[in-house]
Amino acid sequence: MGVHGIISYGAYIPRGCLLRSSIAEFTGKGSNKGARSVASYDENTTTMGVEAARNALKRSDTNPKKLWFSTVVPAYMDKTNATNIHSALQLDDFVEATDFGNSTRSAIGALSNALESDFSTLVVTADLRTGPSGGTEESSGGDASTALLIGTDEQGALLAEYLGGVTVTSDFTDRWRVPGTSYSQVWEERFGEQAYKPLVERAWSEALRKVDIRTEDISLALISGLHSRAVAKSIPLIDVEVADDLTGKIGNTGAAHPSLLLANFLDQAKPGEVVALIVLADGCDVLFFRTTQEVENRRNPVPISDQIESQSPVPYSKYLSWRGLLDSQLPNRPSPTRPSSPAAVRRNDWKMGFVASKDTTTGIVHMPPSRIGIKGGDVDDMEKLPMADSIGTIETFTLDNLVYSPNSPVVFAVVNFEGGGRLPVELTDADPEKIEIGGQVEMTFRCLYTADGIHNYFWKARPVRREREKS
Amino acid sequence: MASNGIKDQVAIVGMGCTSFGEHWDRSLDDLIIEAAQKATKSAGTETDLIDAYWFGTSQSAASGIALATPLRLSGKPVTRVENYCATGSESLRQACYAVASGAYDSAMALGAEKVKDSGYQGLNAFPIPTDGTNRTLTAAAMFSLILPAYAKRYGVDEDELRYAIARIAQKNHFNGSRNELAQFRREISAEKICEMPSIAGRLSVMDCAGVADGAAAAIVVRAEDAHKYTDKPLYVKALSVVAGDSSGLVDPDFDFTTLPECAAAAEDAYTQAGIKNPRKELAMAEVHDCFTPTEMILMEDLGFCEKGRAWQEVLNGFFDIDGEMPVNTDGGLKAFGHPVGASGLRMFYETWLQLRGEAPPDRSISLEQSQQALVHNLGGYPGEMVSFVGIVGTEAS
Repeated sequence: MGVHGIISYGAYIPRGCLLRSSIAEFTGKGSNKGARSVASYDENTTTMGVEAARNALKRSDTNPKKLWFSTVVPAYMDKTNATNIHSALQLDDFVEATDFGNSTRSAIGALSNALESDFSTLVVTADLRTGPSGGTEESSGGDASTALLIGTDEQGALLAEYLGGVTVTSDFTDRWRVPGTSYSQVWEERFGEQAYKPLVERAWSEALRKVDIRTEDISLALISGLHSRAVAKSIPLIDVEVADDLTGKIGNTGAAHPSLLLANFLDQAKPGEVVALIVLADGCDVLFFRTTQEVENRRNPVPISDQIESQSPVPYSKYLSWRGLLDSQLPNRPSPTRPSSPAAVRRNDWKMGFVASKDTTTGIVHMPPSRIGIKGGDVDDMEKLPMADSIGTIETFTLDNLVYSPNSPVVFAVVNFEGGGRLPVELTDADPEKIEIGGQVEMTFRCLYTADGIHNYFWKARPVRREREKS
Repeated sequence: MASNGIKDQVAIVGMGCTSFGEHWDRSLDDLIIEAAQKATKSAGTETDLIDAYWFGTSQSAASGIALATPLRLSGKPVTRVENYCATGSESLRQACYAVASGAYDSAMALGAEKVKDSGYQGLNAFPIPTDGTNRTLTAAAMFSLILPAYAKRYGVDEDELRYAIARIAQKNHFNGSRNELAQFRREISAEKICEMPSIAGRLSVMDCAGVADGAAAAIVVRAEDAHKYTDKPLYVKALSVVAGDSSGLVDPDFDFTTLPECAAAAEDAYTQAGIKNPRKELAMAEVHDCFTPTEMILMEDLGFCEKGRAWQEVLNGFFDIDGEMPVNTDGGLKAFGHPVGASGLRMFYETWLQLRGEAPPDRSISLEQSQQALVHNLGGYPGEMVSFVGIVGTEAS
């Protein structure tokens, strides 16, 4: 079956960040150092998952046979979230889409199982962490997503080969959350530290033995776990250089964090480097990878370091209101109504995949797709045209202070797309004062609102990320 | 494609209009009864004697029953009409065609709206189940797109343009303050409007039409019967409706500086009425000033001035009550208020008063050059719009 490994990867850090100093300023508690990443009001774990997955798939020609999505903050229960990601990515109907969830351990479980599977698998992880105001859970958490396309070298050129690994399972109640609540509780810190240390020691020595590798051959270790003290105390237990775990800059992104560290490593790794991924979550997992020549050719187009660099601080009050921890006055307008499920499924390609139609006679792109063209032609003389990766230009725009939105004013622009097509569309991740006619935008999958528990997913435009880095 | 029109075949012989405003103490039925009574009284007839009814309401009721019940119309054909904010004029159009066809001798068009019972600001349509991908932008924001686009296309300074549209609000409030039925009867200067905070794009709340309850009605008969009812009928010269195909939202070439549906309806109406030069041949116009930039570009789309010139014509007073072509002499949607289903008929009500010499002296216009007036009523947004243009006159040719 060939060698297993990572065919491509993607990572997504939301544009918003919360400076820990702004929490301390408000609550009078906690550290002033660093920041945590913050998903916007229109993002959830599913939309973030789509972002990372799009990045991963853009960098490879390999089509996944399976899509596994792991999060501890699922947008839906009972209904599968991976199917939402599946349709946003416009994957083939025969690609299996399955949720993994409940615990952060499910993320590393999905990854290690995909690495031993013979099917090419897109492993998507996302987390959105909150906590009581002023507490450690809040300031040390973070929001992010990742996607790793796992497969064999026969399915696609590998960026990193999987050398093998071990799992140690252990049952102790160090961190827990009751279904329906939005954050975890933790036991006294010292207990978890003492519980994890021997697990790390056992897993590490067993992994070295099983994979038959020496510490001097390992370039770097990545250690991930929600118990930050246990993570820190694990460093001396292994005789290998440990990479910065990014928690100072973006917080601990829970289920997404192990793959995020791996993605961050792949952003910078040289060919032939061996990396150890050590995950502390109700046990300990150790996985070894060795990068190939290919790693330099297909890196994430917007590396994690750049994404962190271009983050923009969100006021603490806004963060609280976005997470539903602070009731904000909304405009005196009717709240939106839930989208119709039959109407949505009839136009699933448009709504979830941003697929337009192109008139085969006139060449005119129609958004939303249309059966009859605006400049004549036969009925149904149209072909599907995916537009999600198209770059658009702002033709004109306005700010709406009246419309119902948790983030007023709403920036709304008339966007003309490269290669044809126009859509008046809402902008997100944009500073109203920086928007100008002629500005370039790219499409991003978001949740417009939630009504009656139904998430109304659709696409918005945002200023092109690459451009933002230059400015 | 034919649009033959019914020039001078039908006449308006009676009209009535309630005051527009926040009528907390009056129901939709109360407004309907008042408008119907005023109209029948003005035509010297009774509701039982009118053959057929068209009832325009956008969001306040659902069928003809909502008109038949309060008026206790027994055994009459009553049809509810809806065409967004052009609902009122659409009801008149239907009534006129019914009479012109010979199907009925007389008909009433009555438009009414009760918007202030919802408890929300602005106009809020009843939600139709959709896939959730449609825009949720407010009307104010949609129409605010005109300003930067116009400034860019014609190279006009945005601040100057902002002042020009404020000047439109100033004019309409000046006219509305002389109208006892108007919702807002207070003058306001363009300078003051410019100082107000923006709510959508550069529009302030004073660039937006008032949201009001109200009703208006018209009675139409065959032209040859008109003098049985009144000495001063208004003859219907043209009725045109264009429903856009929303291509402005799809077509990258549409630039938000024009409302093509309005231009097309105007062209059709001028052909029907035989008008070559609207700037000279019309005594006045009532136009759909839902937002101030709308009125500005309508002056161009309706052929009252050249493209790119409207803002200057506004500033030099061409459309003022004492200007060469008075526009919105009753205060328009801006000051009179906008009860959706009633507004189109309210516009005709102003032409009824002005062309018959019944407008109050402090806002009556000169009829020396022309005794014809234009009514323009639209619904929807730039890029996806339904537009009505009608022309009435005191003389049948």
